[in-house]
Amino acid sequence: MEHGAFGDQSNATFSLTEEDHTLANAVRCTLNQDPRVTFCGYSIPHPSDARVNIRVQTTGDPAREVLKDSCQELMLMCRHVRSTFAKAVDDFRTSEKVQAMKIDSKE
Amino acid sequence: MRLILLHSYIKTLNPEFIHSHLFTKNSVILTEAKQLGMAEREETEKKKEAESFSIWDLPDVPQKLPPHIEFQRTRVQCNLDAPIHTENVMYSGAYASMGVDNSLQLDHFCNNFRVEVIRLTKDDMEFDLIGIDAAIANAFRRILIAELPTMAIEKVLIANNTSVIQDEVLAHRLGLIPIIVDPRLFEYMSENDTSNEKNTIVFKLHVLCERGGPRLTVKTNELKWLPNGSELPLETKPDSNPSSKPRTYTSFSSSQDLLPEFSNNPIRPMLDITIARLGPGQEIELEAHAVKGIGKTHAKWSPVATAWYRMLPEIVLLEDVEDEDAEKLVKTCPVNVFDIEDIGSGKKRATVARPRACTLCRECLRCGEEWEKRVSIRRVKDHFIFTIESTGALSPETLFTEAVKILEDKCERVITELS
Repeated sequence: MEHGAFGDQSNATFSLTEEDHTLANAVRCTLNQDPRVTFCGYSIPHPSDARVNIRVQTTGDPAREVLKDSCQELMLMCRHVRSTFAKAVDDFRTSEKVQAMKIDSKE
Repeated sequence: MRLILLHSYIKTLNPEFIHSHLFTKNSVILTEAKQLGMAEREETEKKKEAESFSIWDLPDVPQKLPPHIEFQRTRVQCNLDAPIHTENVMYSGAYASMGVDNSLQLDHFCNNFRVEVIRLTKDDMEFDLIGIDAAIANAFRRILIAELPTMAIEKVLIANNTSVIQDEVLAHRLGLIPIIVDPRLFEYMSENDTSNEKNTIVFKLHVLCERGGPRLTVKTNELKWLPNGSELPLETKPDSNPSSKPRTYTSFSSSQDLLPEFSNNPIRPMLDITIARLGPGQEIELEAHAVKGIGKTHAKWSPVATAWYRMLPEIVLLEDVEDEDAEKLVKTCPVNVFDIEDIGSGKKRATVARPRACTLCRECLRCGEEWEKRVSIRRVKDHFIFTIESTGALSPETLFTEAVKILEDKCERVITELS
C-alpha cells in the first residue's frame, strides 16, 4: 500500500503487511545507498501489528520506482550470495576430501 | 559527477588563467620571460600545455577517503570504557564533500563479496561473510531463526496418561522434539484443512512401566511413526454406515511410506531425548500429530538451535611490546590471542597470533593506563563470522541457502505488489 503519493510522486510512505525488521532494515540499507534517495527510514507503528511503514523521499524520481529498484538490487545481491555460498561449500568439501586422502596415503 | 562538472568548467575558462593559477611557479617564470620579450613563442607553447592538461592528473583530487575517516567507516574501535564508531554509514552522499561516492554498486558488491567456510559438519557450520552490510547479514540470521519452516508436533491426543507429568506439560515437551524430515516435502495446514498425508505426520507413543520393575525412562526412540495416519477412531453416530472403515483423526488417502522420499528413509524424531519417566504401573498412551510451521509462530518450529554472527576481531599492537611486557601481555589474555617471537639477541616481542579467538574481554587494556596506547582492539564492520547450529531436520548449508531464498521471495513480493 502506498500513502501520500498523490500530488508529489517523489515522496511516499509504503505500508507492507506481514513484514518486519528483516526486510525493512535490509531494504532501508539498499535504499540509503541509492544516490536518488534523499531520505529513507522505516517504522513499525505497533508491535502487535504485522506491518511496517517505509518512508522514501527522492530527488525527483517516483518513490515507487526507487523502492522497486532497491528491492531488485537486494534480490540480485541475495542471488549472488547464494551462488558464492554454494561455491564456497563445494570448495570446502573438495579440499576436505583431498586432505582426507593425503592423511590416508601417509598411513 | 561533481568532478566531471569541474573539469568542463575549467575547460571553458581561459587556459592561460588556469595555467597561471595551477602552476604558480611556472607562471612566475613565464611572466619574467614575457618581460624579456620572448612572449610570442612561449605563449603558444603554454597554450598547448594547457590544452593537454587534465584535472585528473592533479594530486589533490581525492580518490578515496582520508585514512582516519576510512578507519571510522570500516572499523569499530573497542576502547576500555566503550566501543566507538559503531554506526554504519549508509547514506550514498555521506562523503560527497570529500568527492567520494558511498552509493551501492552491484558489480562492486559482486566483486568484493566472499564466503569462506571454516567448519562444516552434519548439524553445525561456521563461515565468514565478507563484504556485506550488517542489515543484510542480520536479515539472514532473523530468517534462519524465525521464518524457515520445519515440522513439529502440534496436536497431541492423549488416550491415557497415568504418569506424574501432566498432559499439557507432556504435550509441550513433545512439541519441542525436532523431527528429522525435510519440511519442503510437506504443505502448510490452514485452519479449515483436514489432516492428510501431505500436511501431517503422525506418531504413536505407548509405554507401560511394569509393576515390580524399576522405573522407566521414556525416550523419543519410543515414538513410532504411523505412515497410514491416525489409528484413533473418531466418535461417529451409531446410525452411520457400519461397513465403512471407521473414520480416524486424519484422512490419509495413501500411505506416506510409499513415497520414494520416505520408503528408505523413515521419518523419525531426534533420538535419545527424554520425554518422561514412569514409575511402576504408570502408563502413557498417546498420538502426536506434527504439522509444518515457522519459528515466528512458536520456537518449536525454528530449524536452528541458534544462528548468530560476530564481527571479525582485529588486534593491532601500536608499538613494539617486548620482553617482560610481552610476557605480561600473553599471560593476561584468557583466550591466548598473543604469542611471543624471538627477535634475536635474547629479545622477545609479542605478536598477534590468533585474533579470531578474541572475545572482546579487553583484559589486555586493563593492565594499566599505558596499555591503552599499545594495544588497539577493533572489529571489522563488513566481515561476519556466521555460525549456524541446525536441530537436525536440514543440514546447515541447506538452511542458509533456503534463508537467502526467502529474502529473495520477500523482495519479489514487494516488486510484484508495486508494479
